[in-house]
Amino acid sequence: MYKNFLKIITFLSILVSPFLFTSAYAKTKVGFVYLTTPGDHGWTYAHELGKQMVKKEFGNNVEISIVENVPEGPDATRVIRELAKQGNQIIFTTSFGYMEPTLKVAKEFPNVKFEHMTGYKRTKNVATGNIRFYEGRYVQGVVAGLMTKTNKIGYIGAYPISEVIMGINAFAQGLRSVNKKATISVIWANTWYDPVKEADAAKVHIAEGADILAQHTDSPAMLQIAEKNGALGFGQSTDMSAFAPKAQLFASVNNWGPYYIKKIKQLKDGKWNTGDGPDHWSGNTWGGLSTNMLTLSKFSNMPTDVAKKAQAAHDGIKSGKLKIFAGPLKTNDGKEIIGAGKTLDDGALWGMNYYLEGVTGKVPK
Amino acid sequence: MIEFTPRKIQSSFWAILSPIISIAITIFIGSLIFKMLSYPVMESLYQVFVSPFSRPDRIADIFVKACPLIIIGLGLIFCFKANIWNIGAEGQFIFGTLCAGSFALLFPETKTYTLLFSMFIIGFIGGAIWSSIPAILKVRLNVNEILVSLMLVYVAMLFIDFIVRGPLRDPMSFGFPLSKVYPDGAIISKVDFPFIGFLGQFHYGIFIILILCPLIGFFINKTLPGFQIKILGSSIRASEFAGFNKNKITFYVLLVSGGLSGVAGVIEVSANMGRLQPEVSFGYGFTAIIVAFLGRLNPYGVVIAGIIIATAKLGADNAQMVLGIPKVVTGIFEGMLLFFLLAGETIQKYKISIRKEN
Repeated sequence: MYKNFLKIITFLSILVSPFLFTSAYAKTKVGFVYLTTPGDHGWTYAHELGKQMVKKEFGNNVEISIVENVPEGPDATRVIRELAKQGNQIIFTTSFGYMEPTLKVAKEFPNVKFEHMTGYKRTKNVATGNIRFYEGRYVQGVVAGLMTKTNKIGYIGAYPISEVIMGINAFAQGLRSVNKKATISVIWANTWYDPVKEADAAKVHIAEGADILAQHTDSPAMLQIAEKNGALGFGQSTDMSAFAPKAQLFASVNNWGPYYIKKIKQLKDGKWNTGDGPDHWSGNTWGGLSTNMLTLSKFSNMPTDVAKKAQAAHDGIKSGKLKIFAGPLKTNDGKEIIGAGKTLDDGALWGMNYYLEGVTGKVPK
Repeated sequence: MIEFTPRKIQSSFWAILSPIISIAITIFIGSLIFKMLSYPVMESLYQVFVSPFSRPDRIADIFVKACPLIIIGLGLIFCFKANIWNIGAEGQFIFGTLCAGSFALLFPETKTYTLLFSMFIIGFIGGAIWSSIPAILKVRLNVNEILVSLMLVYVAMLFIDFIVRGPLRDPMSFGFPLSKVYPDGAIISKVDFPFIGFLGQFHYGIFIILILCPLIGFFINKTLPGFQIKILGSSIRASEFAGFNKNKITFYVLLVSGGLSGVAGVIEVSANMGRLQPEVSFGYGFTAIIVAFLGRLNPYGVVIAGIIIATAKLGADNAQMVLGIPKVVTGIFEGMLLFFLLAGETIQKYKISIRKEN
């Protein structure tokens, strides 16, 4: 059987050899590696939308290759290397688990630029990018505080890592800025994407009396449950109003496009660099509302005065006037983090392993 | 009712021709699909079938991808030959990896390969422990091994998840679930070929197949225990008449199969990741079941089957990179290839007739 297989392969290769090596080289070649198929919602879809913006911006001056459904193991190394070998000049690897594979391949291809979302290790030709997701969650907190009737907010977290915890705390800050009575309870789904588990968590929250739901997981399942049960909630990564037109208040939208475009432009002008941000977890580029890397979808299902206050919070963060983590800050068991007049710096956000006031329970260890 | 009667004489002519016809039909229907979706047909076929062989480093990467599938598949031969349905190789892979990895992390400064050697043994034992659970339940209480082994997959997944998030989490990983990096003595290095250098991810662990494959072939075909396994698989009554110990065979085939899955895990993680993470297996244990059957439960067949499956996966990646063909489309290709290969084999071995029921 093996011999026959080889024969067929040889035959085929003779047959198709004229079709080889036809790629043009004048354009900037850009590669993307996706964790899943983009679908129509969530993390990878947000990257796909960014890719489409790149295509729109540069048109025929870029040639884009994507590979979807790449597991975060040896396959990632192979796929990234293959993209580099095929002449891609800049490669965006769009999941945390691609960190080591990206670094490994980057060492072998010093002339290719790598952009890793959202890791914390950088080298000369590996830059990292991340979004200040927590800024959107502050605005969510404001809306939740004004809209809740039961004063119970249900929050679904993926994993108890600082990324997610700072989001919960930002939400709590927003919530307490308008409503001191409301509390947040957190259920850990232990997954980034699992509609069944997320739906179960949402049902538990609703059964316990929560009327506003928030999520740091990726599927629209929570909103769909909210829609069925007359509760309200916030979408994640992309606008999810199509899944829950009556339940979505707004969604925090990851807007990678401007970042991609900026980095490709830099490359074309010969000015690509890894950025000069401080060297902490967040990476050299950590953009939020002010750089349009995070945007909010349309405010809906809320009275106009609530929408106005949400808009004001959004504008405040965007202009830098509103500091989300301004002192005095206390943990939910009464320990003081910082006093009045001080603000937490970015490094402190990545060290968060406590809940602020307004959140119930403890961070799992 | 459709009836399958085994053919008394199996034509060797058709045995050779049936896989060729299967591949031809796959290519034909696949071309139609590409045509319908308006992708360039010839170039698509080239990317899916030929491009994985078009460069030395790509060929090397086929073996990297196939390596865990083949090693697990080789272990599954024992079980499936004896009609014992071990569906939980994935769990045995994970548990073996976890045991060996935890052991390696106990000796952070080790540079000698004694460590790696011990990891192989511990990985084997770990995998065997995990498969001994369905084995004991089957032998003692006659519990269905399919269900037990399958459910233990999820237990193993959650267990490694817990370990990597908790006790073994690297304090420098910013809360992310990653263990510390393995010590040097636990890393399987890439092969530095003379004059060529590194080829893809090709690592020394792959060579273990060269030892395992003939060894298992010899064991199954030329030794008494191998014979006992085959007899148990083809007829329980015959093996009882011959006085073979059914429980003992059942127990040991599951142990060996689980152990080899564990070894596959040790190689995969030591060669490619160098640390524990929540996901160490990407469905290898399940894909290996297909590999074992596609290889007709023959050790050499399993190697070829592993290579075919790996090629299809690599071809799918290349097709998307170069032509933008979504993975779902190339997935259809993979499915068709398997379907026609197995159908061809069935038709060649059995006479199929339709009998009216009365």
